Amino acid sequence: MFPASFGYVAAHSVEEALQLLTEHGEGAKLLAGGHSLIPAMKLRLSSPRTLIDLRTVTGLRGVRMDGNTLMIGALTVHTDVASAELVRKHLPGLADAASVIGDVQVRNRGTIGGSVAHADPGADFPVILTALNASFVLQSTSGNRTVGADDFFIDFYTTAMKPNEVLTEIRVPLPSSGTGTAYVKLPHPASGYVVVSVGALITRQPSGLCALARIALGGLGGSPIRAVASETELQGKPLTPEVIAAAAAKAAEETDPEGDTYASAEYKRHVATVYARRAIEAAVKRAVG
Amino acid sequence: MAAESDFAAVPIRLTVNGVQHEAVVEPRTLLVYFLREHLGLTGAHVGCDTSQCGACTIQLNGRAVKSCTILAVQANGTEITTVEGLAREGVLHPVQEGFHEKHGLQCGYCTPGMIMTAVSLLEANPNPTEEEIRHGLEGNLCRCTGYVNIVESIRWAAEKMGGKNVSR
Repeated sequence: MFPASFGYVAAHSVEEALQLLTEHGEGAKLLAGGHSLIPAMKLRLSSPRTLIDLRTVTGLRGVRMDGNTLMIGALTVHTDVASAELVRKHLPGLADAASVIGDVQVRNRGTIGGSVAHADPGADFPVILTALNASFVLQSTSGNRTVGADDFFIDFYTTAMKPNEVLTEIRVPLPSSGTGTAYVKLPHPASGYVVVSVGALITRQPSGLCALARIALGGLGGSPIRAVASETELQGKPLTPEVIAAAAAKAAEETDPEGDTYASAEYKRHVATVYARRAIEAAVKRAVG
Repeated sequence: MAAESDFAAVPIRLTVNGVQHEAVVEPRTLLVYFLREHLGLTGAHVGCDTSQCGACTIQLNGRAVKSCTILAVQANGTEITTVEGLAREGVLHPVQEGFHEKHGLQCGYCTPGMIMTAVSLLEANPNPTEEEIRHGLEGNLCRCTGYVNIVESIRWAAEKMGGKNVSR
């Protein structure tokens, strides 16, 4: 399988990439690791006229801390997100997600920025990044803007990014002490994509009560869905197995998933409640200190 | 219709198995076809062609990747190792030897990819458990389902390498 013919140009800075985007107009696509785009091009689901390669742009790789925010360069590959000490220490839920994407070879090549910008409904990063209240830095010729995850993911393969913007950085606020994060996933056995997944961030007060809960569901719609009923159920309550089970039981309340050949809508909604419990329990277990 | 020049061929330079190559490639050329058809290195196989099976696995800048899902132009300036580059002066890499000793192949189609993934696995984790080996092979499929011997081959190689990270 070959993609349709296209032109190729490597950008050496974000500014150059933006200029090339303007120059090449609507037919241009940004190329990061290419692990969503190239398969789509081989299947001729996508046929850009020009690829603007970001690989040669420096400064968009790696994980660093800036005050109380974890900054992840858009070109950081999944393997490096999963193994970054800062991620493992502060946001293990993000490492959970990064380490279950695709397979070893895919994780060595796919980038967090590419995954987020592509916004596949079966992708892992959008779900955990929604739970973690991450935001996305979008650069254009008129400057930078930052969009929070709740507003960024709009629908199937659709984000708040404009065609003239480049996603440069993912910012994840460091949660306060007593917070645990986790991500659990039921993968499709053949493709590895999400059938249902749940990302959870839980902050436990020293008293044992739940101070904050953010729970995001994957696989139940075109973009991540916040399990608001579960979050509300946990708020201010002691994080006992009974409270967690009651909250998790409400996880799928506001969802209306499409059934498919592998999983019916009813099954997906049921799995969401089971996986929500597992994600909350795992986050609570990590919510120490 | 777009003018031909819009899809101009791109010059690339890369090192494959220690040898530097220069070429001019059509942007849509996939790396696996560049290796196989331009350089004649047919060790990396085209299996599923959809980044599932791992038969096309090579090392790019020291990491196992699927060369069916990388454009040759994206490999500009990189260092690549294919299965042909593992043996040194006629001496097999311990992983290759392990597949020989433990009969880690049946039809052989997945073998180059399995070996390249295993080499990367042992570089990162010189003394893996069976579970770690099986998890590490998640991106490689054997349609003969010969996984038992594949895992034994890799265990054999790990022991032969003395549980040490042998950088070659």
